[in-house]
Amino acid sequence: MITLTIDGKELTIEDGKTLLDAARENGIDIPTICFHEATTANALCRICVVEVEGQRALQPACIVKAATSMKVQTRSEKVIRARRTILEMLASTLDLSESLEIQNMMHDYGASSSRFPDAERRESDVKDDNPMYVRDYSKCLLCWRCVQVCADDAQYTFAINFTGRGFETQIGTFFDKAIPETSCVLCGQCVGVCPTGALKPKREFLLEQGMSPNEISVLNTGRKRRK
Amino acid sequence: MSEIDPISLKPAIEKYIPLGRSGLLPALHAAQKIYGWLSESVASEVAKNLNVPLADVHGVIEFYSLFYNKPVGKKIIRVCTDQACALKGGDGLLEHLCHHYDVKPRQTTEDLSLTIEPSPCLGLCELAPAVWTMDNERSTIGDGAQEEDRPSSSVYGPIRELTKNCGDGTTSLKKYGEYTALQKALRMKPEDVVAEIKASGLVGRGGAAFPTGIKWEGAAKAVADQKYIICNADESEPGTFKDRILLLDDPHSAIEGMCIAAYAIGANKGYIYIRGEYPYIVPVLETALNEARVAGYLGELFDIEIRVGAGAYICGEETALFESIEGKRGFPRVKPPFPTTNGLFDKPTVINNVETLCNVPLIISKGSLEYRKIGTEKSPGSKLFCVSGDVTQPGLYEAPFGVTLRELLDMAGGVSNFLRPERSRRTRLQSVLFGGAAGAFATPEHLDVKMTFEDLRAVGLPLGSGVVMVFDETRDMRDVLKRLGKFFAHESCGKCYPCQMGTQRQMEILNRVAKSETLPEDFIRLQDVGWTMTDASLCGLGQTAASAVLSAMKIWPELFMESNGLPLEKKDERGKKATGTKVKAKPKKTSKASRDAEAKPKPAVKNIAKNKTNARRK
Repeated sequence: MITLTIDGKELTIEDGKTLLDAARENGIDIPTICFHEATTANALCRICVVEVEGQRALQPACIVKAATSMKVQTRSEKVIRARRTILEMLASTLDLSESLEIQNMMHDYGASSSRFPDAERRESDVKDDNPMYVRDYSKCLLCWRCVQVCADDAQYTFAINFTGRGFETQIGTFFDKAIPETSCVLCGQCVGVCPTGALKPKREFLLEQGMSPNEISVLNTGRKRRK
Repeated sequence: MSEIDPISLKPAIEKYIPLGRSGLLPALHAAQKIYGWLSESVASEVAKNLNVPLADVHGVIEFYSLFYNKPVGKKIIRVCTDQACALKGGDGLLEHLCHHYDVKPRQTTEDLSLTIEPSPCLGLCELAPAVWTMDNERSTIGDGAQEEDRPSSSVYGPIRELTKNCGDGTTSLKKYGEYTALQKALRMKPEDVVAEIKASGLVGRGGAAFPTGIKWEGAAKAVADQKYIICNADESEPGTFKDRILLLDDPHSAIEGMCIAAYAIGANKGYIYIRGEYPYIVPVLETALNEARVAGYLGELFDIEIRVGAGAYICGEETALFESIEGKRGFPRVKPPFPTTNGLFDKPTVINNVETLCNVPLIISKGSLEYRKIGTEKSPGSKLFCVSGDVTQPGLYEAPFGVTLRELLDMAGGVSNFLRPERSRRTRLQSVLFGGAAGAFATPEHLDVKMTFEDLRAVGLPLGSGVVMVFDETRDMRDVLKRLGKFFAHESCGKCYPCQMGTQRQMEILNRVAKSETLPEDFIRLQDVGWTMTDASLCGLGQTAASAVLSAMKIWPELFMESNGLPLEKKDERGKKATGTKVKAKPKKTSKASRDAEAKPKPAVKNIAKNKTNARRK
């Protein structure tokens, strides 16, 4: 067992647990975006960063292991500035209209969605190229989960990867091919882990477009009924 | 040329097939050499042969800026428009070349004969403005008019320890002599070699200044069937060109350093990862490695492979470099675990900068006690300074730690502006960018600070990779900042949010600053972005992407305020008078030292006046 201090509270936790585990098990809220139990933690959204005494940079709670006599602050001034700014940058970059969790975080941290005027957004057309799901990368916040489950975190299909670099990074297929022309097996795992509605079941998408269930059923998409 | 002819592709990539995914970058380089670019069919042929998923191959091609997945010209002219070259007319040169060939920047002629591109720092800063041309397979360096197969080396300084073989542009094992330091090391116990390096106080010269001996000790103690030693020659920090000169003129020094490191930690394989913009070093290194093999220094027990990058600053970050050798996009990994236990291919790895490794034979030959006689107690040895920008004689300067900025600038012939008529080139110093794009600005008040890790740290300046880029009083610092912003936005890998979006937002705000179109609260906005990147980014790139900008905000706050470009006289935060005019930024007058420095060379004032008149006449 390990004893550490989070926000002034002394806590005891099992060996090998992360700071995020330690906080959550003790009712301390640390927000996360890219973190998902089913995927390898990459600590890339940095929204879960906390201040650890003796460390110059903020530390991602999702992967840093709790250690004896660690002193952690989850809501220091630095932490709040970083979280708020990351949220504001997200809001200035992509369409968060279907990311309720992130909207709530923005409210919690007093983040303004109009903090960055004249900011370039990552716009993209909706890609509707297969019977199972649609891809709207203007809603994608690059949490990597879809790429991970498509690869060695689950399906070993390797149909999607990254394109571009830096701010222009996006998820894509080999030379931007339509999904049916890739190795995609339409398993749907990527849709399941997408936190923002960037990947969406085709039927849900069509319902939102105003089609009725009956209209959708005659489109002949998806699995055929057994004879 | 979209149809591939597998007959020519297969033999070119055959030797990389056994490497599997790790052979991806070399195979893509080889394929691109044949076809000029990487089409869908070429990429899928490479993927099939190396057994790498198609989407992953595409992801890798997309990541590296020297790989093209659209047709480009048979001849590609890359003009450096980064900081040091911009001071010497890089933008104008690009414009001139585009006009001459009748193409736009980043455009390819219809007959696919030519592409002209602006480029981030090519590591040729002392030769600015620099142009790198690839014509079929031939790579040349020049200024647009004259072309050479390889750049010349300008090496100066009061001490020539690390650079004793550098400057005349030739190298051979015969000239270098036997690897006597290696022979001496082999007579010692590996742990004693590590102890000697620790005792020397050598710290990494790539920018992070981590104690080399401690790194070695970590890897030496790690238990594994395979360990690696890597020479990081992905020198891409704008303003840095020291490793280029060391490897071109004295490759054996770095190779001997690697051999000693390999013995000390028990590595049986080494890599030299060299940036893609330095293709002319590759044959020099290959020759040197062959000489070392013939002489028996390399062989079955330990050998070295060269890997060539493909245009990604981030791959200088050690874990991103591992990913790149492994055939992946250069995304930095989270640390811990550290490379000394989980490095390349998850094995214990020591990765050192070229200059660091060149120090190793020196230390072993002389012994750490003797080595420490140069430099200061806390910063022993000598240091290579890459002096560029507004000085009379830009070049590589070797000097003992403890040399002052003033002394260094004197060695380089003083501050001068080449745009001026010859008689009146001497100008006054405005500022120095220390440590590169990831560094910080110094002002005349820092002229007498000793250049040691400890003294610079005390005044908040990083030594970084040894960049000393000089800006004279006529330079518009807002243009400098704009280029910094562009550089980081171009080079961010896109993995972690603070840097992926922060470098973009930083660039946008700095573009406004440069155009004097700042919006209300841009100052605070820029600061929040900067601190968020510094505090919360995943790797060193993001953590330093705002470093120079934040330092500029302290020195010249008025530049970032609203309506900064109006010819106005306004008060800065501290209530002192600060002038912000369209063409230049003056350093804040805060101390006596800076006032002295400002006041000294009187004639310069006249020159400004003259210059202004000239400008008006145009």
